[in-house]
Amino acid sequence: MSAHPRTWQRFTRAERLARFSVYLAVVLAVGWAVHSVEIIVEFIWDAPEQIADMGRRMWPVAWWFYPKGVHDALVETLNIAAVATLLGILMAVPVGFLAARNATPSRLLNNLARLILVSTRSISTLLWALFFVAVFGPGALAGTLAIAFHSIGFIGKLFSEAVEDAHRGGIEALTAAGASKLALIQYAYWPQVKPAFWGIALFRWDINVRESAVLGLVGAGGLGMALDTAINLFQWDRVALVLATIFAVVIVAEFVVTEIRKRII
Amino acid sequence: MTSALSIRNLVKEYVPGKPVLTGITLDIAGADITAVIGPSGTGKSTLIRCINRLVEPTAGEIIFEGRDLVRLAGNELRAARSRIGMVFQEYNLVERLTVMENLLTGCLGRMPAWKALLRRFDPEDIARAWETLETVGLTDFANARADSLSGGQRQRVGISRAVMQRPALLLADEPTSSLDPKTSVEIMELLAQVAATKSIPVIINMHDVELARRFARRIIGMSGGGVVYDGAPAGLDDAILKRIYGGESWLH
Repeated sequence: MSAHPRTWQRFTRAERLARFSVYLAVVLAVGWAVHSVEIIVEFIWDAPEQIADMGRRMWPVAWWFYPKGVHDALVETLNIAAVATLLGILMAVPVGFLAARNATPSRLLNNLARLILVSTRSISTLLWALFFVAVFGPGALAGTLAIAFHSIGFIGKLFSEAVEDAHRGGIEALTAAGASKLALIQYAYWPQVKPAFWGIALFRWDINVRESAVLGLVGAGGLGMALDTAINLFQWDRVALVLATIFAVVIVAEFVVTEIRKRII
Repeated sequence: MTSALSIRNLVKEYVPGKPVLTGITLDIAGADITAVIGPSGTGKSTLIRCINRLVEPTAGEIIFEGRDLVRLAGNELRAARSRIGMVFQEYNLVERLTVMENLLTGCLGRMPAWKALLRRFDPEDIARAWETLETVGLTDFANARADSLSGGQRQRVGISRAVMQRPALLLADEPTSSLDPKTSVEIMELLAQVAATKSIPVIINMHDVELARRFARRIIGMSGGGVVYDGAPAGLDDAILKRIYGGESWLH
């Protein structure tokens, strides 16, 4: 029978060693990262001055320019976001159902659908935009398709997870009553995933408004195009106007989405 | 009378070589309740679910309306399923649909796809749904969402949905196990009433031996995946209960 030891330590020697190696690895990784981005110290010291200078050029904001050069671009941005979200949903929902293991009991189709979801999502909107600008020329169509295709992965993944979370009970009961696959989706799955669906759709629209504001930088229409023009012409007061507009739109979209979600969920 | 359902040498193995059902042969007929009793894990639920193929049988035949259910697939299977109503322990309603919608989903099995898609339910089915709701005393809840109901009310919706199928056979998988004793009796009375008024056989698998004795005309006792008793409730004495459940201290 051994007496209780008098000392107590939170970690064993091996654990302490393991923790120390993790810390060391983190420090080394950060050091390596900082070294490889080659920060030029002069630029950092210079930064406050540059920022102040840009601030001076941006002020006063060219509010007068809004009706002339920004309003139409803003409407275009909102339209791109809305149409792209709708298109994205149309393409993503079937893929989402195919990816859900309970709704589609075929491993092959599940994996195929998941491949579509992962690949559309892993290509960023900007890359999609470059591709569609090359295909359809610059403009709103390219921007819309870019956002729609990038949205497939996001909407489809979250939607398929919602489908997989559906309670089996109602689905089982309708199967037992002889309902067809389509009727099962409509009457057993859909009522259950509907709240999640609207949440996802609204959230994605919110993201797409922001995305479409930037896409113009690669010539895909909307506010980004106005931003790009203003930057290229060094019209910093107009740049400030576009930025303020984007900021306002994002705030309003956030507010609208929150309010709608509150009401439907 | 010819039997509505005849099961021949039904075997189910979830894991190969370990049968849960070891060759069950049964004939079900009449217009009353047949209770399947037995300890947990003895395959009662599996037996019920093999009949409408919610569980795939490994071997055997299940003859219903002149066809072997085990061999059916696709639309034929759906058509056969639509003739077999099922009531579940956890009610299995679509929680976010209304009571009326839940009842009408019982008709989906025999509706053409386009009518289902457009929710064009037969006016006759809708009239029947109202009648059914009246018999179960839920007329006022027709437009209430299923998840707002109590357990007993939900089970009555579950039974109504099965009745809406115009079934030739009704299966019930532990329909009273989630309910209090009083509600359990009411649900059993309702199931007995369905059997009598629609003149169809009702197969209920249940835990409560007393409730089975009280409502069933025939009791099937299962143990170890096989049938060890098949007969009237009166013949269910202590010796047989011991054979079904094992042990005896619980009997006294």
